[in-house]
Amino acid sequence: MAKTTAARTSSSAKTGDAAIEIINMNKWYGHFHVLKNINLTVRNGERIVICGPSGSGKSTMIRCINRLEEHQQGQIIVDGVELTNDLKHIEQIRREVGMVFQHFNLFPHLTVLDNLTLAPIWVRKMSKAKAEEIAMGYLERVKIPEQADKYPGQLSGGQQQRVAIARSLCMSPKIMLFDEPTSALDPEMIKEVLDTMIELAQEGMTMLCVTHEMGFAKTVADRVIFMDGGEIIEENEPNAFFNKPQNERTKLFLSQILAH
Amino acid sequence: MARTHTPLPDLPPPASTIGMVGWVRTNLLSTPLNVVLTLAAIYLLYISMPPLIGWAILDADFHGSSKDACTSSGACWVFIKARLDFFIYGFYPTSEYWRVNILYVLLAIIIVPQFISNFPRKSWIGIAGLTIFPVIAYILLAGGVFGLTSVETNKWGGLTLTLVISFVGIVAALPIGVLLALGRRSDMPVIRTMCVIFIEIWRGVPLISVLFMASVMLPLFLPEGVNFNKLLRALIGIVMFQSAYMAEVIRGGLQAIPKGQYEAADAMGLSYWKSMSLIILPQALKLVIPGIVNTFIALFKDTTLVLIIGLLDLLRTVQAAYESPEWPDVAAEGLIFAAFVFWIFCFSMSRYSQDLEKKLDTSHKN
Repeated sequence: MAKTTAARTSSSAKTGDAAIEIINMNKWYGHFHVLKNINLTVRNGERIVICGPSGSGKSTMIRCINRLEEHQQGQIIVDGVELTNDLKHIEQIRREVGMVFQHFNLFPHLTVLDNLTLAPIWVRKMSKAKAEEIAMGYLERVKIPEQADKYPGQLSGGQQQRVAIARSLCMSPKIMLFDEPTSALDPEMIKEVLDTMIELAQEGMTMLCVTHEMGFAKTVADRVIFMDGGEIIEENEPNAFFNKPQNERTKLFLSQILAH
Repeated sequence: MARTHTPLPDLPPPASTIGMVGWVRTNLLSTPLNVVLTLAAIYLLYISMPPLIGWAILDADFHGSSKDACTSSGACWVFIKARLDFFIYGFYPTSEYWRVNILYVLLAIIIVPQFISNFPRKSWIGIAGLTIFPVIAYILLAGGVFGLTSVETNKWGGLTLTLVISFVGIVAALPIGVLLALGRRSDMPVIRTMCVIFIEIWRGVPLISVLFMASVMLPLFLPEGVNFNKLLRALIGIVMFQSAYMAEVIRGGLQAIPKGQYEAADAMGLSYWKSMSLIILPQALKLVIPGIVNTFIALFKDTTLVLIIGLLDLLRTVQAAYESPEWPDVAAEGLIFAAFVFWIFCFSMSRYSQDLEKKLDTSHKN
């Protein structure tokens, strides 16, 4: 494991197109060791699906990438910038990394359009007119331009999640993180959100996606990562991952999740 | 097979469930206990209302200018009429009343539009009310510049003084309270500790003792010759005291905002102050409007406590007037008048806050 990791990081360092590099990263919640020696390199344009049982640390790992969680050991380098306690670096990385949450986290006191234009105006210093033009463009892409003046509370879950995706895209991020984006949705709304994500993947966005949607993983992922107990147990391209899992824990997990 | 369905016509509801009869049945006579309570309430009104109306209106005296005009058995409203100037202006010089009057007109110009929905530029009027208006008010009241005669603050009094104290208290306590609440939730231990100490000290001391300390004890600690005015000291005391309360109300709102809102704001790269002012505070303040207005109302009524350090607020002017030998036996009239004026202001604040809550509600919970 250690050898392959070293080989991977050195190879990516050579090519120099790594969007995210995580090197020997460890994290604890008090005494609880939640992420153990994580090594992961994500190339630009790569689509990665992270799966695993609940409590395996997959959400925590992607939340470390934009510093919603702090790691205690090792390095995380995003878009060439290392995450440290330096607030400047953190804000710089957050500008380039979009995040979609399980519970959407739209701002309920703002209209859909204001949700989308807030960060471009206040973080990117864009003019209001320009920000609104871009926002309407993304609302059309997620197929809900007619909801622009409504409040998030008036939208269905699937619509809210598509607004949340559009909100992240308005910042023209280089990397998108998805933290269980369909887990809080009713079954009939999952598809509309997945379709949006598939479209995004086909356009070449660098994506890290924590999800249990194995169909999505098979369709778009370049690599599937399986985590358990805070470790990366196995990673492979989707075909090999689903058809010939190597590790016993992976096999057990896949048999449980694909059984129904 | 070709039978078509004709929908049944709407029937009117039974007469006993709608209109006056329906209302009485559901609200007053729905259970035996409710019937008893309704009858008891009617009896209480029957024994209390006729004498009250008789005293306050039917048998009351409205005309005249001195106690001698009050000949009937009812209330002597002549007292209020005769001393109204004193209740409004205190000992402010009569020749300078016009300056105070301008202020009341300005205040009305600022406040009335806030109660009218869709009044053009009403938020700008509101902002001017919080920024330019206090400056104009100070210049007009205190004078000493632009050829205005200087009027010492110890001559300010009555309703004018009550409004000055509450306005300053409200305008200053809210922003300081916001900062204290944010500080108390800060990640920085020094700032957090300082805010906790400030809040707990001011909240743990009765306002009366704060005012006493401001007026009696503070001068003992100041070097000789340094003395600042009594009204200013009372104002600082009230602002500190009320901002501690305000901070706790606002902290309640901040704690009610889901963690996801903070995370979404962080994930977009918003700085701390931007995420607070654009995302968190607008939601938190909206949630605690009832608590904020509650504190404002309490502050407005607590201004009466300044009478113990010798400032003549509305209540004290009323008291001084009915204690004077020219006007024997008019305490009830004076106190009812003062209570009524306080009620008007407090009730307006309450109604305004309810409208604001409705207007700002974007949750669409139902």
